[in-house]
Parts: sequence; C-alpha cells; structure tokens
Amino acid sequence: MKEIDKKIILKTEGLSKHYGGVKALDNADFTLQNGEHIAIVGDNGAGKSTFIRQITGVEIPTSGKIYFDGNLVNFKTPSDAKNAGIEAVYQNLALADDLDVPSNIFLGQEETYFNLGPFSFLNAKKMYDKSIEVLSKTGIKIPDINIAMSNMSGGQRQCVAISRSAGFASKLIIMDEPTAALGVQETEQVENIIKNLKDRGIPLIMISHNLRQVFDLVDKIWVFRQGKIVGSVDASTTNSNEVVSLITGIQQKVGEEASFI
Amino acid sequence: MNNFKANYKKLPPEFNIFLVLLGLALLFEILGWIFIGQSFVANKRRLIIMILQVSVIGIIAVGVTQVIIMAGIDLSGGSLVALSAIVAASLAQNSSYTKAVYPHLTDLPYIIPVLAGVACGLFAGFLSGNIIARTGIPPFIATLGMLVSARGASTWYNNGMPVSFLNDDFIALGQGVWPVVIFLSVAALFHILMRYTKYGKHTYAIGSNEEAARVAGINITRHKIIVYSIAGGLAGLAGVVTAARAMSAQAGMGMMYELDAIAAAVIGGTSLFGGRGRIAGTLFGVLILGVITSGFVFLRIDAYYQEMVKGAIIVGAVVVDQIRYKKKNTKDKDI
Ligand SMILES: Nc1ncnc2c1ncn2[C@@H]1O[C@H](COP(=O)(O)OP(=O)(O)O)[C@@H](O)[C@H]1O
Ligand SMILES: [Mg+2]
Repeated sequence: MKEIDKKIILKTEGLSKHYGGVKALDNADFTLQNGEHIAIVGDNGAGKSTFIRQITGVEIPTSGKIYFDGNLVNFKTPSDAKNAGIEAVYQNLALADDLDVPSNIFLGQEETYFNLGPFSFLNAKKMYDKSIEVLSKTGIKIPDINIAMSNMSGGQRQCVAISRSAGFASKLIIMDEPTAALGVQETEQVENIIKNLKDRGIPLIMISHNLRQVFDLVDKIWVFRQGKIVGSVDASTTNSNEVVSLITGIQQKVGEEASFI
Repeated sequence: MNNFKANYKKLPPEFNIFLVLLGLALLFEILGWIFIGQSFVANKRRLIIMILQVSVIGIIAVGVTQVIIMAGIDLSGGSLVALSAIVAASLAQNSSYTKAVYPHLTDLPYIIPVLAGVACGLFAGFLSGNIIARTGIPPFIATLGMLVSARGASTWYNNGMPVSFLNDDFIALGQGVWPVVIFLSVAALFHILMRYTKYGKHTYAIGSNEEAARVAGINITRHKIIVYSIAGGLAGLAGVVTAARAMSAQAGMGMMYELDAIAAAVIGGTSLFGGRGRIAGTLFGVLILGVITSGFVFLRIDAYYQEMVKGAIIVGAVVVDQIRYKKKNTKDKDI
C-alpha cells in the first residue's frame, strides 16, 4: 500500500495458506473499513477459519501481505496480534476449563500488583470486579464466577469468551461462529454484545452460517468458496438468494426460497 | 443432608487426602497395639525420622507437582539428586583430606557447594525444558533421557567413587530439623507462587488447555522452560540436602526418588491430565508415603511388601483421577 487509506483498518493482498498440497486459503484480497461490521460466509471447509488464523498470528501465512491500521504487519504469535489491538474468539472455544471466569477473561493479560515479570502477584480483586462489569454488559447470568469453566453451560462459556475479547479489543474483534452451539436466548445475548461493539465503533469480522443473523447484524458480506474469496456484497442491497448462489456457486432460480443452514 | 453437602464443599480439597492420612495412621496404631504392643503415633522419635525421610522426596515432589499441573511429567528427579549431590559434595570437601576431588578447592564456604548443586539441577532442567518446549518431544521421553544421562554423568564425574570428608557447615544442612525446614519453606513458597502469581496461573492454564493459553498470548515455550528448570533446581536442592545428610555423595543416590515424588503429587490430588492440583495436596501425599514407610518398618514387615502396597496406592490414586476426568469430560459433551 503506497498511500495508506486511514479509513481502512485491515487489508490483505494475495493472502494464501497451504497445508501440504491443500490450498486452504488462496490469494485472498480483503479489506475492512474502520467501524465496519462484516460477515464471512461459506461452506464448511471454505477456508474461513484458516483466513482468521492468518490474521491473528495463530498461523503464519504461506504468502501474501497483511496491512493493519496502516502498517504492513508480520504477526509471529497471537500476542503480536493482540498487542496490535486484535482480539479473537476462536471456533473451538479457547478457554481453560479448570480455571474460573476472571482467570479466563484475563488470561495472558492479568492485572498484577507490582511487576516482577512472571512472578508478579495477581490482583484478584480487580480482575473479579472487572469481570463482573464486562459480563453485566452481556446480560448473561453466572451465579458464581469463581468456579471452574467446566461447570458452565455453552452459553455461559461463549459469553465469557466473547466478553474477554470485547473487553480488550481496541481496534478489531474477530469471532469464528460465535453462536454455532447456542440456543435462541443465548444467541440473542451474543448478538447484543455485537450490537454494542457496533455502537462503540469497533470493527468486527464474524464468521456465521446463520443468514438471518448475518443480515441483521452486518454491513457487508464476504463469501468464501474452496479457499477463495468469490464475492463481497452489501447487506442492504443483496438478498439471501444472491448470497446462497455465491456460497454454492450455483445460480438460484428466481422466486425460490433460499435454504441454507 | 443438603446442609452436610454444602459444608463439605466448603472444605479445602485436601480434606479427603487428610482423611486417608489419618486412616493410615490409625490403622498402624491399631496394628501396632495388636502385634507389637506399642503405639505408632505416640513416639516423637519415629515421627521425626519419618518426616526427615520424606523431606528430600518432598522437595522433588514440589517441583514435579508444578510440572504435572502443566500437563507435563519429570522423571529425572532421582538422577538429578545423585548428580547434584556429587557435584555439591566435590566442592564441600575438607582440606585435611588429601585425595579431594579438587585439591585446590577445599574448605570453600558452604554456600558455594549449595549453589553449585542447585545450579546443576537447574541446568539439567533447563536442558529438558528446551528439548520439550522447542522440539515437541513428549516430556516422558525427554526426561527419561535425562534420567539415564544424569545417572551416567554422576558416575562419570568421580569415576564411580563416592565423595566424602565434607565440611561441617555443609553437613549441618542435612542434620537435625534442617531438611524439614528446607522442605516446608520450599512448599510454602511454591504454594504462594502457584496460587497468587502469574507464574502459577499460566502453569494451570497451559495444563488445562495449551492452545487456549497460546492464543491468549502466553509464551508457552518460555514458560515450559522455566517450569522444568525450576523442577530441576529443586531436585538439585534435594541432592544437596541428601549429600549433607549422608555426609557423602555417590552415584547411586536418589534411585527411584522421582517415582515417589510423582506418587506424592498424584496421591495429593494433582491430575496427570494437567490443570488441577495443589502444593498443599502434595504435602499430604508426601506424608502418606512417609507413614506407609515408617508404618511398615514399625510393624517389621519386609520392605518388598511396602513397595507393593505403595504401588497399589499409586494406581488407586490414578484410577480416582481418571474417573474424575471422565466425569468432567462427559459433562462437557452435552453442552
Ligand atoms: N491444520 C490443518 N492442516 C491441514 N488441513 C487443514 C488444516 N486446517 C484446515 N485445513 C483444511 O483447510 C480447508 C479449510 O478449512 P477451514 O478454514 O477450517 O474451513 P472453514 O472454517 O471455512 O469451515 C479444509 O479443507 C480443511 O480440511
Ligand atoms: Mg471454521
């Protein structure tokens, strides 16, 4: 990027990831405006999660460039991406099941009393209070946050994972299928958190299979198919038929109801 | 009934282990009166000897506990005891002895052999930690390698000869209540580290879900190296105490101590699957091993029975751990 567009928070050029012979992600050109909420949709195995893992430093791309917040970046580890202001909720809930809620929310970014490197003493009180605060915004009810995550329901776990990211995200938040395993009420709670992020002006990338949700929540829809980005459409001007055609690569008949899980 | 349940839940998790300890002591007490006509518990000397005997195992067990909480394992403890003991002893020799290992390095202040012994274990742990964290070789294999190599190194160090004629100030560390004081201080320090610091939190997190810890930004490689180094350092300290207590060191010292240390941790409630366990539990685990050993000696039962019972108790503790772990996992599935 020669002249950096201030409005663009994230841009990828020719981003690819190959696992052996499998081109899981192939030449992805992607842009995200500041404040924008977008959804990534596509069939299973389309490369959506792979795309996310390249941006968040969980994996290192085979080739291609990533620009974040105006700079060419080369994240080597997830903490590089975190330090740059990117927070992510991964598909396979990245929670430590034996730890309690505050420990999970603050994992890797603990509040401490004085800095003694790894031997810093934890400020448990502060982490407890802050956890209560971020969780209250989600509307989720967790009677006792000082018990291990393994004792909690799917919705409670997901809200903890999302609260963690939403609490720390400064520049970009990414969610990989945040409501895939949730019931109706729990899904609503997660959607509330997302709307709240929109109000705060924090850009979001969300992977979802739920087209109703996608149309409800985001500005723009990016469609992946077999490792490639096959289109991006404005949520306000497109319809589910068009999106489904892009996902499957098969033209829908006019008038036929789109059916896609 | 519900009330009982609620109160029971409030008790520290070590309560069950404490009951086992009491039960064993009671068993030996009863058997003592029946077969020997003596009390097992009401004998101060016996209790002191018992706790002295397990102090060295206890120091290793503290290091091993944090490794297991991190879902690792360390088999090298016993061999590191021998290596550190012999290295420390070689620097603690008396100038009146003409065949010292380092004739020019005799009568050194005791802090030098102590630090050398600890550093020796620390370095071995650092090596294992690097191998485990950087190559992905399973900890079982890496530390098994260290077990064999360190034992070899302790034989090589002084051509298989024992090292003795040690200075009094060094020997003092192994006498009286010193081993117990050292063990309890180490246990208290690590109890605090594991519960109240970032170090402990990250150790539990890695043991619970390494991938989650990684994406949370924890430097897994660095943390693993630190944890294994500390385990090695504590084994080194145990070696120093062993040499001081025996007033000499030789390559065969500390044989199978690693198994007793692992047993103490597991009996004390540390999960071999990682993520769960406490130093306080290990303390009770160590005491249980001590009671078994001294109880069998007290009843004048042959040592091999003792090994058999110990083995059965270890297997029992692991079975309990497995059942708990399965319960937890089936619960996760129906989410
Ligand atoms: N670590 C990996 N090793 C090998 N192949 C992988 C790996 N991760 C993903 N893949 C493959 O890459 C493709 C895209 O996967 P993924 O990004 O998980 O898809 P999606 O999230 O869109 O369902 C699939 O064919 C998948 O099997
Ligand atoms: Mg996926």
